[in-house]
Amino acid sequence: MSDAYLAIEGLTKAYPGVVANDDVSFSIEPGQVHALLGENGAGKSTLVKMIYGLVKPDAGRMTVNGAPYEPADPHAARAAGVAMVFQHFSLFDALDVAENIALGMDDPPPMRELSQRITDVSEAYGLPLDPSRRVGDLSAGERQRVEIIRCLLQNPKLLIMDEPTSVLTPQEVEILFKTLNTLAAEGTAILYISHKLEEIRALCDHATVLRLGKVVAECNPREKTARELAEMMVGQTLHTPTRDYSEPGEVLLEVSDLSLTPANEFGTRLREVSFELRAGEVLGIAGVAGNGQDELLAALSGERTTAPGTITLKGQPIGRLGPNARRAAGLLAAPEERLGHAAAPGMSLTENALLTGEVREKLTSSGFVAWQKARSFAARVIEAFDVRTPGTETAAGALSGGNLQKFVIGREILQRPDVFVVNQPTWGVDASAAAAIRQAILDLSASGAGVVCISQDLDELMEVSDRITALTEGRLAPPRPAKGITIEAIGLMMGGAHDMDVAHPEEVHA
Amino acid sequence: MDSINPILLIASLMVASTPILLAALGEMVVEKSGVLNLGVEGMMITGAVVGFAIGVNTGSSSLGFVVAALAGAGLSMVFAIITQLLLSNQVATGLGLTLFGLGLSSLIGKPYVGIKAPGFAKLDIPLLSDIPVLGPILFRHDPMVYLSLLMVALVWYLLTYTRAGLVLRAVGENHAAAHALGYKVVRVRFMAIAFGGAMAGLGGAYVSLVRVPQWVEGMTAGAGWIALAIVVFASWRPWRILLGAYLFGGINVLQLNLQAAGSTIPVEYLSMSPYLVTILVLVIISVRGNHGAPGSLSRVFHASH
Repeated sequence: MSDAYLAIEGLTKAYPGVVANDDVSFSIEPGQVHALLGENGAGKSTLVKMIYGLVKPDAGRMTVNGAPYEPADPHAARAAGVAMVFQHFSLFDALDVAENIALGMDDPPPMRELSQRITDVSEAYGLPLDPSRRVGDLSAGERQRVEIIRCLLQNPKLLIMDEPTSVLTPQEVEILFKTLNTLAAEGTAILYISHKLEEIRALCDHATVLRLGKVVAECNPREKTARELAEMMVGQTLHTPTRDYSEPGEVLLEVSDLSLTPANEFGTRLREVSFELRAGEVLGIAGVAGNGQDELLAALSGERTTAPGTITLKGQPIGRLGPNARRAAGLLAAPEERLGHAAAPGMSLTENALLTGEVREKLTSSGFVAWQKARSFAARVIEAFDVRTPGTETAAGALSGGNLQKFVIGREILQRPDVFVVNQPTWGVDASAAAAIRQAILDLSASGAGVVCISQDLDELMEVSDRITALTEGRLAPPRPAKGITIEAIGLMMGGAHDMDVAHPEEVHA
Repeated sequence: MDSINPILLIASLMVASTPILLAALGEMVVEKSGVLNLGVEGMMITGAVVGFAIGVNTGSSSLGFVVAALAGAGLSMVFAIITQLLLSNQVATGLGLTLFGLGLSSLIGKPYVGIKAPGFAKLDIPLLSDIPVLGPILFRHDPMVYLSLLMVALVWYLLTYTRAGLVLRAVGENHAAAHALGYKVVRVRFMAIAFGGAMAGLGGAYVSLVRVPQWVEGMTAGAGWIALAIVVFASWRPWRILLGAYLFGGINVLQLNLQAAGSTIPVEYLSMSPYLVTILVLVIISVRGNHGAPGSLSRVFHASH
């Protein structure tokens, strides 16, 4: 197409052992909101990194407005009008907003002028932001505003957004979409990467689907169902988790008036958190990351200890017990951060299985490791949860995110916990692995265990939970039955959008 | 002989603190870029011996300082190549650099033991140096003392108000993000490490050319470690580096004066006091939390695709 802003032809990039992109071609027109779909490892990140000048393609060519485009680095990409909002925010906690924005510009004006422009643009797009605040003190939504405004200040012709909504409340997502629609109406092309298919159907007018580095389909996402889109990505029929609703049993876990000061300066204080968890029940806890999820998990798993009576497991006070004592008592946990928290990246799967399975699976005897038993336990996890790995001696860090997540969750579930606490069970995990993990959680609760599932993904919570509550700034809302609850209602429990208002398109060029 | 003259005490405090101030300021810039170079002591002692050798052979202390800075920077490049290009562990490499520098300096220094330094003229600033009290304290020093103070102001200005300083801080705070925005992390760190090496070399040369002034094996006597401690004490802020260096220098001079004045406290306690105070202050700082440490400090950076 001659009127395309960016055209990509035959782009190929190989890394040792894997072809990340294989002969990828597509084009984006001005004003188009173009979705890039694919599972983890389908090559989306490599592709946008090539467009943004972070990675050089092995073969193929790109053109911008018909002229050859070969960005050597991100400076060149920005000069050509390409801007990018990163999945993992590329922000500097210790610097203030204006400094962060200056770092993303090639020719920033003096600081005072820049602050004024930040204020102007942020007001014009309904994204209020104080240029002098330290980024480390901002909420996730505010941090994303910093990234977006950094891009907007350079009047981009193409805006790349990599998983922008994973940390936002539904209300914040709505405002983001209004901003993006405003930009598209002004002629900015938007390349939008997301796992959330409903969002793509709402926002995008064109989609390119990648599978194993190849373009497998192009479509208008509005004409497809989310299920059809997911099946295009996976290349097979999707399995939807099934469940039986059952009457919850006796109270297994009781948390009353749990307050906890954060372990570091960027943490969140837990404030009088109270809930009950019954046998056979999944309690879903919604909330945007950074609202106390990590602290709640640490308090429940025993990484942080509290007053004895604040947490009782089957009538026994366990607030003072450490993680191994709680494991012995039947409470297991899987934290969010896979590498470095849930698993030690440099250690083998056997060793990782041993780390949490030691107590309940009796993998040591009189201080010596029973390697044979540990290996067979790891093998059972791999087998039962379809973890794709060469073997039990592979380093945890070598597994893909989805496979490691299946291993980490499976390792706990196979220990038959009475209470299982999990944080972000499917974060960054592709559709088929996510479905398997959710099914495992439902099966666990059906077998009579109680599950606390902390997640930012509201669709997921509505799928697995019996009751739903939300954690906001360390406070827990009263749980409500999940049946019949709406996304909006959960959003309200989460506190909604903080001081965001709707974009005012007419003021943009004022 | 038995009373301490406060004017001379403060004046000699400034001289005693200058080597630590120079080295600590350099190391602060290195750490601000996210690199922990524990080789300060090694670079200082190398600067001390090279500066002294050049000074004795040419008769010019100024030339000695220049070459000492180059020697410190050169040695730091060994560290930079090993840690930034070959991605080795910074702590182990830095310790190795210190041991290497100590050995190298005693090899180079053998022929120079017992020789006197050529001397370094003081800048007797006319008029100002005649002011009573303030004159002898502030205006009768050698140029290096003023240079060190000037460097504090310069580093502070560059870090706070210039784009180069902002990029340096960004690289130290989050190297992955800086890389994603297109900044050359490794290049910035090489430059910071070279600056740190040059400053450590200058500090070392100041010990052998002015403070002592002769060559004695191992003469920096832990000044490099004190400099490292001061960076933490100062929470990575230039003016607090000045405060910290003068504080430690002051304690050092005071204990020397107390010894000379015939204090009844055993000499050993007095000589260990600066180090004890260092440990004490570090403990107090650590209790308050790790405020101001660059986010990527001592983490290995590898630009994976």
